[in-house]
Amino acid sequence: MNTENRTSRRTMLVKLGLAFNGIVGACVAVPILRYLLSPVTRERKVGYESWLSLGGLEQFPAGQTRLATYRNPVVNAWDGETDDIACWVRNVDDHTFQVFAVNCAHLGCPVRWFPQSNLFLCPCHGGVYYQDGSRASGPPERGLFQYHYKLEKGQLFIKAGEMPTPGRAAYGQRGGSKCA
Amino acid sequence: MRLIDRLGQWFNLRLPLGDPLQETMKHLVPRKSASWFYVFGSAALTVFLLQVVTGILLALIYVPSAGEAWNSLQTLNQGVSLGWFIRALHGWGSNFMVAIVLLHMVQVFLFGAYKFPRELTWIVGVFLLLMTLAMAFSGQVLRFDQDAYWGLGIGASIASRVPVIGPWSVQLMLGGPIIAGATLTRFFALHVFLIPGLLIAFVGVHLLMVLKLGINEWPMPGRIVRRSSYLQEYRELTHQQGVPFVPDALWKDILFSGFILVLIAGCAAYFGPFGPGGQPDPRIIQTAPRPDFFFLWLYALLSFLPPAAETPIMLLGPAIALTVLLILPLVAGEGEKSWRRRPIAVLSVLLIAVALGTMTRLGEYTPWSPVMNAWSGLPIPPEYLHGATSLERQGALVFQAKQCHNCHSLKGQGGQRGPALDRVALRLTHDQLIRQVIQGGGNMPAYAKNLTPAETTALVAFLETLHPPNQTPAVNASRAVALHIDAQTNSSPIRGDR
Repeated sequence: MNTENRTSRRTMLVKLGLAFNGIVGACVAVPILRYLLSPVTRERKVGYESWLSLGGLEQFPAGQTRLATYRNPVVNAWDGETDDIACWVRNVDDHTFQVFAVNCAHLGCPVRWFPQSNLFLCPCHGGVYYQDGSRASGPPERGLFQYHYKLEKGQLFIKAGEMPTPGRAAYGQRGGSKCA
Repeated sequence: MRLIDRLGQWFNLRLPLGDPLQETMKHLVPRKSASWFYVFGSAALTVFLLQVVTGILLALIYVPSAGEAWNSLQTLNQGVSLGWFIRALHGWGSNFMVAIVLLHMVQVFLFGAYKFPRELTWIVGVFLLLMTLAMAFSGQVLRFDQDAYWGLGIGASIASRVPVIGPWSVQLMLGGPIIAGATLTRFFALHVFLIPGLLIAFVGVHLLMVLKLGINEWPMPGRIVRRSSYLQEYRELTHQQGVPFVPDALWKDILFSGFILVLIAGCAAYFGPFGPGGQPDPRIIQTAPRPDFFFLWLYALLSFLPPAAETPIMLLGPAIALTVLLILPLVAGEGEKSWRRRPIAVLSVLLIAVALGTMTRLGEYTPWSPVMNAWSGLPIPPEYLHGATSLERQGALVFQAKQCHNCHSLKGQGGQRGPALDRVALRLTHDQLIRQVIQGGGNMPAYAKNLTPAETTALVAFLETLHPPNQTPAVNASRAVALHIDAQTNSSPIRGDR
């Protein structure tokens, strides 16, 4: 009787200890999870995107498509060259612009502009786009990703800061739409 | 000798591993299983140990920072004595590791070694395969060059297609909004801490199970595995015709492992290290990223999937393949082990091997990719212009200037994205050529907006000369008939269809 009591008391203490550790574990798990999820939660709070200047409009002659670069708004000191992102700027008629991501809408490889045939070609799987960014042929399901843009004080601004990917565009946050 | 004995006793009293070690060395292996077919598992373990050692050596110099990683690899290649060789050993070791793990898996599958009671050994092995592939991919990322940078972009593009959580999983994978410093550090943590730690644990469990359950006996046609009687049969078999693991089986393992190490060292010394390629500067878009050898098949597959089916196949394909591998021993845990009585198993392996081999071969020369500098770098074969009219020569110029050559080859030179055009005039009539150029279709862009009527006329005139001299170009027979009737009724001069 006595031993049984002792056993059950010890068993209960073990259970108590396990429960205590469970609670402590859960408490520790909260900061760990928040730390791990910080790339996601940060965007929900402050967002990754902001308006960035691509420079004066004189760099982008009407009727032409030129490569432009900008520095990503969210940086770390040790990012090296990876913060400098390229994009394609098409000046349609000095009032209307299109700013395309270099990332192919298929799997993100950098597309190249060929002014002679007015096509964007992707070196990876052969996706082809017309000059307005719409899909011409190849594996992409859609046209090139476009940044929102605005013209202010003779400069071209785009809203950028996050790598465009097919899923993100489908998610409705970055469509093919543009603002004038 | 006595001193060694006494030292051994001293340790064994405090660290009693002597008996289990003896037991392991002397455990009986079915005589026929002490075979050259059973050496791949131990070879994989040997290469894994090589990877651990060379990996630690590389970590002495490598800087896991997006700004410095590429430079530190250059230092390893050039600035540190034999740094290039250690890099080459690690790189070739990685390729051999994947190859040997795959061979091991095929051997285990064909010899029915995954059947009762070794189902869990197989399942743990499937996870070991996944971790090996994860190490290969994350290792390619640590070689932080252009291929690594855009390879991450491809990974992110695939991850983003997962419904609902896609965009978040991209941010988690990249450690932020873009491929940058945080991306490299998390792949470093995966490659150096997390996955190797898991690998060591899983390899330990895998080995323990092999030891406790005994090595698979040589499969004999007609010897059926039954859950009720297998353990008894295996025990009898090993007692009747078993040989001790040391030395009867071990010598083959050791010899083969040594042979593989020599091969790796030979490849490393002869071919040298992999890269790094161009600097990971996203502003440099003159690049054609390619994955490492063991992911080339995937690269090829992704170019062939039809756009509409791509996302479902990309996401469901791996899940289905993994499920099949994991439940295989559970649904086929009994029955024949010998591959001689398992034709479907043999055919499956052959089919997968041929498919992966073909895809890898295609991935090596990427016929689906445009040759980006063909239009300016590869001339039109001069014999194609002999005796050409000025209009046809003008058309050849249009062919070059409008980048047709990037996707279409002439005399084997140029892109292979579209069909070779050496005999196009035999396939398409004048009108069909015009239609194809103007409207595109069949994976060709439409050039209506990019060609003037004069350019189109010249281009088609050139294309119509592309046929063997002894064969006549395609003509529209019905049109000739129509024009003939027209000529009879109106008796007006007509222009023949070219």
